[in-house]
Amino acid sequence: MSHNKAALSAFRKEVAGWMEENVPTDPGFLLPLTFLEVGTEQQLDFLREWQHKLWSAGYLGMHWPSEYGGQCADPAYQHIVDRELGRHNAPIIFNTIGLNWVGPLLLDMGTDEEKAKYVKNILSGEEIWCQGFSEPDHGSDLGAVQTRAVRDGDDYVVNGSKIWTTLGNYADHMILLARTNTNTERKYDGLSFFLSPMKIEGVEAHPIRKVTGEYGFNQTFFTDARIPASCLMGEDGGGWTVAMKTLEYERGVTAGQASGHWGVTIQIDDMIDELSQLEHDGEPLLSDPVVRDDLVSFVMDAKALSLCGRRMAIPALNSDYPMGLALSVKYRSTEYERRMKQYTASKQGAQSALYVGDADAVRGGFWQRAYFSNFGATIGGGTTQVQANIVAEHVLGLPK
Amino acid sequence: MSPVLQNVSIGLSEEQTMLLDVARGFVRDKAPIEVVRAQLETETGFDAPIWQAMVDMGWAGISLPDTFGGSGMGVGSAVPVFEALGSGLLGTPLLSTTLAGQLIWRAGGESAADWLRRLCGGAVGSVALLDQADWGAANVGVELNPDGTLSGTKRYVADAGVADIFIAVANEGGAPVLAIVERDALGEVAISRNTLIDLTKRAGNVDFTGAEPAQVIRGDSVAIALRDTLLLGALFTAAEAAGAADKCLRSITEYLKTRKQFGKLIGSYQALKHPTVDIYVGMENARSFVYHGATVVGDTALSVDAEVACRMAKVSADDVMVYAGDRSVQFHGGFGFTWECDSTLFIRRAQWAQQMYGGALHHRKRLASLLLDKR
Repeated sequence: MSHNKAALSAFRKEVAGWMEENVPTDPGFLLPLTFLEVGTEQQLDFLREWQHKLWSAGYLGMHWPSEYGGQCADPAYQHIVDRELGRHNAPIIFNTIGLNWVGPLLLDMGTDEEKAKYVKNILSGEEIWCQGFSEPDHGSDLGAVQTRAVRDGDDYVVNGSKIWTTLGNYADHMILLARTNTNTERKYDGLSFFLSPMKIEGVEAHPIRKVTGEYGFNQTFFTDARIPASCLMGEDGGGWTVAMKTLEYERGVTAGQASGHWGVTIQIDDMIDELSQLEHDGEPLLSDPVVRDDLVSFVMDAKALSLCGRRMAIPALNSDYPMGLALSVKYRSTEYERRMKQYTASKQGAQSALYVGDADAVRGGFWQRAYFSNFGATIGGGTTQVQANIVAEHVLGLPK
Repeated sequence: MSPVLQNVSIGLSEEQTMLLDVARGFVRDKAPIEVVRAQLETETGFDAPIWQAMVDMGWAGISLPDTFGGSGMGVGSAVPVFEALGSGLLGTPLLSTTLAGQLIWRAGGESAADWLRRLCGGAVGSVALLDQADWGAANVGVELNPDGTLSGTKRYVADAGVADIFIAVANEGGAPVLAIVERDALGEVAISRNTLIDLTKRAGNVDFTGAEPAQVIRGDSVAIALRDTLLLGALFTAAEAAGAADKCLRSITEYLKTRKQFGKLIGSYQALKHPTVDIYVGMENARSFVYHGATVVGDTALSVDAEVACRMAKVSADDVMVYAGDRSVQFHGGFGFTWECDSTLFIRRAQWAQQMYGGALHHRKRLASLLLDKR
């Protein structure tokens, strides 16, 4: 597919037209703000149907190979779709772990058999994926994984537990990082990576309630669960490399994701629109000098994110710290978003104290819920503090 | 497009991008820190052969059209040069000369041609703006008298001691005019040097009383040119500060990678590591704003996009430079507190830069109106 301006602009129009017709209206029940908070069957069925509809129209995984359900298009086309999804306030595309990290990982490092078996069903929404990296005692320190997988004939027998398993109670498969060898010199060398079935005996996902009041997380328990040895991806003991590659996709350092629309898009304009409707001391909130000064900071933060995004695409203007802008994206963006949502939730007078479920809450408690939900972004995929270490060590060369 | 964020373009030309490399190379080769330090307590504050080399490369006219001997690469081309000069903390009269050129060219066009040629050829220019400390005031306290002479004093005039050509902002019957005054037209004791916090910079008070301008530029274009020159001053100072913040960051990381305490490299402590990351992130943000500014400023009256860009660049670069300089002293410990440590130069540059062409308060107040009041 050609990649010229006219073609892209025509495509944008086509997609916008499709969205007008096809973006579902309010279903009458609360939809999750991000893929981390799918908590009811009702939500799941709705979102699965919506993803299938988008894929059927040819608008999901557009740059993936056509033999695996994609369109072989330039990535610019998927970016247009993602932007239009945001612009039309479309419900999220929920199968994020499959679409954005397992899919690209399989296309990059998987065997032909693995690609054929899994990739298309990720796009269609037929099969849901979850991730088994973190453990109750090891959140950010992945090298310390203790879940055991012991080879026994044609199977591995898995024991242990994983935590923060988003979509775990609905998932068909898990990318599982488990210890297959406890006697290696480096702890990383004893880890293996599995494309592991979830709906088998010995695997149980127990939903965990979050600070937002919603579900979405699970703790997943493995009790003598037998998974076929063919589920091993890469080599026995080679799991760390595959896991690190997965994190590159998760953190957006490497491109290839099928859809960036994994959460409801909340922009600086939404913040200012909301605040412009509020009052303080009987005057419009936006006439308050303190608030005005605060908002200059927020707008500058938002603009800096956009500008740094532009600059990332111009190597001559960022070559002195290679990968610096890419490795700091999560650090820069998620903390700004958390502060922006907290600020908006806190400027509503007595209504700031109302939450989802109260008929009088500002926009149904949207900002309060969005603030809490945002901790999924500042903690998940490596906390802000771990991100700071990554930037310090890999961009600035500071010692561990 | 987001109505609040508006223009988010970054598009330096190939020439401008190459200029960044060339200027960085120049500063690296010609101006190691010993060369900078050698000028700290001299009268002029700059190394004459280095300045001449910059003039020979065409940097004195980097922001001016080629018809006057300038580079013809557009006003944004000064940005990569100032970023590079900032990264070396190199003291030169380029900033004052560039802004003097911008002001008379924007206000006077062709009528300023002779002066512009001289500036491009290496004559040092300086805008004499401030009557007092307030960058936001009208600053028209110097009078252009009916007899054609000036009366009054301008303060904190950059590079006053070495300037060949002053552009004094004066009042004539209630309207601002630009009085172009040659050094020779000033009295012998007209200039008194300021003691600046940044030892790589120079400034002085200039008493214009009795001096006769060689030319006066009048008209509606003066007020717009003044406004735009102040915005460009903010942008170029921001570019310098962004470059200096990068250099300061490198000096911090170097120390954190080599200094050991309690048996460990101090860079392994997160109490030092994480603020250093914040300096890095702030520096990258400032550079993005500065490149954006270079993209949207033009040779005609500056657009609202350009005004927002210049003001944001200044706020962003001030913030990170002050933070970097401050933390640099602190993180170097006892050595950081000494004259020999380059942190001294950084923290002094930070304190100088944060007020030039208006501090954060000045620009944030105006940004609030630009961003919030059109709704």
